[in-house]
Amino acid sequence: MRVAEERRAPAAVATTGDEAGVEVAVRIRGLGKHFGTGEQRVQALRSIDWDVFTGQLTMIVGPSGCGKTTLLSVIAGILDGDEGEVSIFGEPLDRMSDRARTRFRATNIGFVFQQYNLLPALTAAENAAIPLVIAGWRRDQAVRRASEVLASIGMGKKLANLPSQLSGGQMQRVAIARALVHEPRLLVCDEPTAALDHETGQTVMQLLRDAAVRPDRAVIVVTHDNRVFQFGERIAHMDDGRIVRLEQRAASKPSLSDFSPLL
Amino acid sequence: MGWIALKMLVGDRAKFLGIVMGLTFAALLITQQGSIFCGLMLRTCGQVSDITGADLWVMDPTVRYIDDVKPMLESNLYRVRGVEGVLWAVPLYKGQARVKISPEVARGRRAAVIEQVILLGLDDSSLIGAPPPYRVLAGNLRDLRLPDAVFVDSERLAKLYPSEDWTRVKKEGKTFYRRFLRRQLEMNDHRAVIVGVCEATRTFQTNPVVYTTYTRAKNYAPQERKILSFVLAGTEPGVSPKVVADRIRAQTGLGAHTASDFAWMTINYYARYTGIPINFGITCFLGFLVGTAIAGQTFYNFTIENIKQFGALKAMGVTNVRIVGMILLQALVVGLLGYGIGVGLAALFGWATQGGELAYFTPWLLLPITACSIVFICVLSSLLSVQRVIRLEPAIVFR
Repeated sequence: MRVAEERRAPAAVATTGDEAGVEVAVRIRGLGKHFGTGEQRVQALRSIDWDVFTGQLTMIVGPSGCGKTTLLSVIAGILDGDEGEVSIFGEPLDRMSDRARTRFRATNIGFVFQQYNLLPALTAAENAAIPLVIAGWRRDQAVRRASEVLASIGMGKKLANLPSQLSGGQMQRVAIARALVHEPRLLVCDEPTAALDHETGQTVMQLLRDAAVRPDRAVIVVTHDNRVFQFGERIAHMDDGRIVRLEQRAASKPSLSDFSPLL
Repeated sequence: MGWIALKMLVGDRAKFLGIVMGLTFAALLITQQGSIFCGLMLRTCGQVSDITGADLWVMDPTVRYIDDVKPMLESNLYRVRGVEGVLWAVPLYKGQARVKISPEVARGRRAAVIEQVILLGLDDSSLIGAPPPYRVLAGNLRDLRLPDAVFVDSERLAKLYPSEDWTRVKKEGKTFYRRFLRRQLEMNDHRAVIVGVCEATRTFQTNPVVYTTYTRAKNYAPQERKILSFVLAGTEPGVSPKVVADRIRAQTGLGAHTASDFAWMTINYYARYTGIPINFGITCFLGFLVGTAIAGQTFYNFTIENIKQFGALKAMGVTNVRIVGMILLQALVVGLLGYGIGVGLAALFGWATQGGELAYFTPWLLLPITACSIVFICVLSSLLSVQRVIRLEPAIVFR
């Protein structure tokens, strides 16, 4: 089932990949996924058809258990769908071997997790450098590059701090730096504001939109926090394993300086 | 990724130290107990290794170890000399004797000191089997040819002279033993005079060793028709002692072994019939088991607690092979540290107890055995952890 797009936003925004400078980052056709068997069987995703475009911050929203994290996991290539096709920038994930998919993730996808998942023994700069190390960079070069990225998002004075010495917002910024340091074409964020207070969450979302969204990159954020919906330019509403509504809107763009006390 | 693995490992210091301590404990126990076992086993054949200069030991064919003396007719000495390839052959008496030291000699003691000793009777003319000069602490080996002369070993001299101030040994060194020269003993109602003190490997029976000549030993030993305990033989240059031993066995019907073979026969006997290896084996096994339990479980828990981090790394594109490599590197590092510290502590223990009653000898073979045990512990705990990580769905990071 292809969900018809509902235009609610006042400004007209491109909805297809035909517009100049915008391309389809994620193409999903007939995606289904279930967990368990017999009476325990739960259908997490039901015949999803959906496209995600570059140059936009796309949100997947919905109540708990509606399948949004499962959808994000399949898009990120860390969970297999049972049926249907998923391709990222034209590369069919379902036809890749595990090894190829792992390599693809390392190169093309950046991750921001709800619980940050920073390695507690590494400094902020070292944590942010991990994707570069995975890509084979030398330690000193990777840390230097990660330090630059951290400095560009206002974390220049916290490079040598361990995660335990950082606030929740700062840890999420390190996680964002880690997700961006290797310049992936797709950024997937799972509830990036769930562990943060409202203001810090706003700041993190602003940072994501300012630092992550580029014409050649797609950003997908899973959230159930309706206070940050304003940052999404495209919002997919999910319920019971389906995308029930697609919302296109011109996202409000408060300035990053509005949240500077929190940085 | 290696440095990330190492930082993850040492990041939690308490757990890191727990793993290293577990492995250290295992390595220490395996090396220490193994060394005590080897030291004890070496003592069983101490007299074989103490008697130097002979290529072959010839004995009654039913002899199983050094203390299993079965006297032979003295004519066997000449039979051995007649075998092709034998350059020389000399008699050796080995038996038990009872030493009595009268009260006035045993300084301040009212009762006489009576002690069992191991009596070694060496060939009168060549003194083959006597302690080498560097092990003589007081006196001169030539003096063994004087009337009633005996050498006694320094290790067990305290049993004969318990009233001496033995704390002065460390202070005075070799000169301490000069005071025993010319003191008299009584063996089998015969007078003996101490003309020298020498070092000897502690025996398994803990009795003092008394060296004298073969002829005189006959007087000190209880009356027996047969007195020849062993024949010590040298082989002609260029002839293999093993070949000559085979000839002796074939031509005389006696048992003939190289010194090292006889030492191993003795060790094997004690190992087989005394239960010592089982007792020490159990201790070593317990050390291994406890080490495995502590280190293995801590290492496993360490990995499991980091499972979400490993999941994140997998999600970010780290392959299973690299994750396994990280865990193996962590295991290797804690293994090396535990092994090094454990073996070091065992060596320190050996050094601190050297010269004491404790039998302690660390053969080089014990080190690779300990290393293999530690590697096994590390690999086992790693495998348990690794299979959890390999099976781990990276999607765990989104839960």
